[in-house]
Amino acid sequence: MNLKENVQIRPLSDSALVIHVGDGISEAIHNKVKNILNLLESNPFEGFIEVVPAYNNVTVYYNPIEVYFSNIGKEGEMPYEKVKETILSLMNQSHIVETTKERVVKIPVVYGGEMGPDLEFVASYHGLTPNEVIKIHSSVEYLVYMIGFAPGFPFMGGMDKQIATPRKETPRLSIAPGSVGIAGNQTGIYPLETPGGWQIIGRTPSRLFLPEQSPPTLLQPGDRIQFVPISLEEYKSDWEMKTWA
Amino acid sequence: MGIKVLQPGMLATIQDLGRYGLQKFGVIVGGAMDSISLRIANLLVGNSEGEGALEVTLYGTTLLFETDELIAITGGNLQPTIDGKETPMWRPLLIQKGSVLKFNTAISGCRAYVSFSGGIQVPKVMSSKSTYIRAGIGGFQGRKLLKNDVFELDRRSELGEELFKQLKREPTYLPWSADYTSFVTLKKTQTIRFIRGSEYEHFDEDSLKKFLSTPYTITTHSDRMGYRLDGEAIQLKEPFELLSEGVTFGTIQVPSNGQPIILMADRQTTGGYPKIAQVISADLPSLAQMQANGRVYFKEVTLEEAQLALIQQERKRNELAMGLRFKRGYSIFR
Repeated sequence: MNLKENVQIRPLSDSALVIHVGDGISEAIHNKVKNILNLLESNPFEGFIEVVPAYNNVTVYYNPIEVYFSNIGKEGEMPYEKVKETILSLMNQSHIVETTKERVVKIPVVYGGEMGPDLEFVASYHGLTPNEVIKIHSSVEYLVYMIGFAPGFPFMGGMDKQIATPRKETPRLSIAPGSVGIAGNQTGIYPLETPGGWQIIGRTPSRLFLPEQSPPTLLQPGDRIQFVPISLEEYKSDWEMKTWA
Repeated sequence: MGIKVLQPGMLATIQDLGRYGLQKFGVIVGGAMDSISLRIANLLVGNSEGEGALEVTLYGTTLLFETDELIAITGGNLQPTIDGKETPMWRPLLIQKGSVLKFNTAISGCRAYVSFSGGIQVPKVMSSKSTYIRAGIGGFQGRKLLKNDVFELDRRSELGEELFKQLKREPTYLPWSADYTSFVTLKKTQTIRFIRGSEYEHFDEDSLKKFLSTPYTITTHSDRMGYRLDGEAIQLKEPFELLSEGVTFGTIQVPSNGQPIILMADRQTTGGYPKIAQVISADLPSLAQMQANGRVYFKEVTLEEAQLALIQQERKRNELAMGLRFKRGYSIFR
């Protein structure tokens, strides 16, 4: 299928536009998002700055001044029109492909105790034992749809509804980096110390934000994550370990 | 030998034009709140316009110069003094070794920019000198300036060196200053232009009327990340689920309490609240200069008008840069 099909483009600002590819969350839509990402990053137009993928759209940032004085699009047109035409014509020449195989990143997690103070609550909320919650949480692969909120914070899909739990009524003022939490039917990992209302069920020694590396995050959109339960002793000895991938 | 911080003041950080290309990893853009004032400050001392400079917020920041230096001060008027004497802004200034630059208190605007000829010597982190406080990276050791910090400067450019020498020979040289009024407005009540946000149509008509006709006050819960506004509440026609997606500088979100939040320089890369409006880029510097208790009126323009306003602003900036290069009294200089 042609990449341009069923795509809508709208402005976000005078320096960014959004390519909307579908509604809701699905792996098919995610694949299309990744196709567009790859297409634009490997064919940057004059004035292109960067792309940010989300669940079902891609935001494209551009420099309107540079675009205005460039040769892309039709002469005399406004930057938005020039960029829109350029992107549509690029997509028109491109077909949806299965993007390259996904990486599976293993994330070691020590569940419960002081590292996961809300594990007991999540378990009792569902009438499960803490071990059952751990088993459910660590038995599936999660797809990273997008990164946002904080550097390296993965928005993941695929959590079992059996352990979906509402946010805490009073958010914590500080959540330790590496904390693994549940909010509604989402699960996530906090890369930095931040306030937050997620139910914290465990913590990983893996560092998610790696400012000295390129790319600067452990996880990228399109990765699959597997949580691996470890003991507190292993956590302490593996503190320096960046990843088990 | 360098610049020593005697008093950090309320908040002083090193900023440039921001960190681009990494938003898909959740790394924020950051950078100067009032980017045009930072760019002009750099141009005035012969730097490239995106060089790192000091963003000084509201009051108190006090610096000791351990060597003779060429600087410029732009942005909000925080009543800067050198050795206790009022000093002009928006022009190259020669500071003598041993002199003390102090920002007293803001009488107009909110943030001043101090550029240092040659630029501030701090490492670029992910290709930017901007301070990202929450992640503890960039700028001066990833944090705001503190008392007794000392930072060094890099070598002046050819143009910077020429200006520096000329000012040493003839302190009254260049009696002009850049006319900032075509770039930034420093008023307590301002009309800020916007284009419709992605979810504009989802808000009820009555709310949209209020948004367009009544003022919104910038609350004290406002910072480099966002301005929280207080005014007539804005409601959706009916609640709807919005997934997190890209947001940018100037995006106006409305959470369920109906009070808008304008995302500023240190915004997160993605957001999930409905977006009623988007402040046009040409008006962001003026908005960034507004303090808590300032009042904003919103005025809708088309996307074309927004882009033309930015192109116009850029033309003015080019004239200013040219004028400086030829050191003549172009119309942009008073």
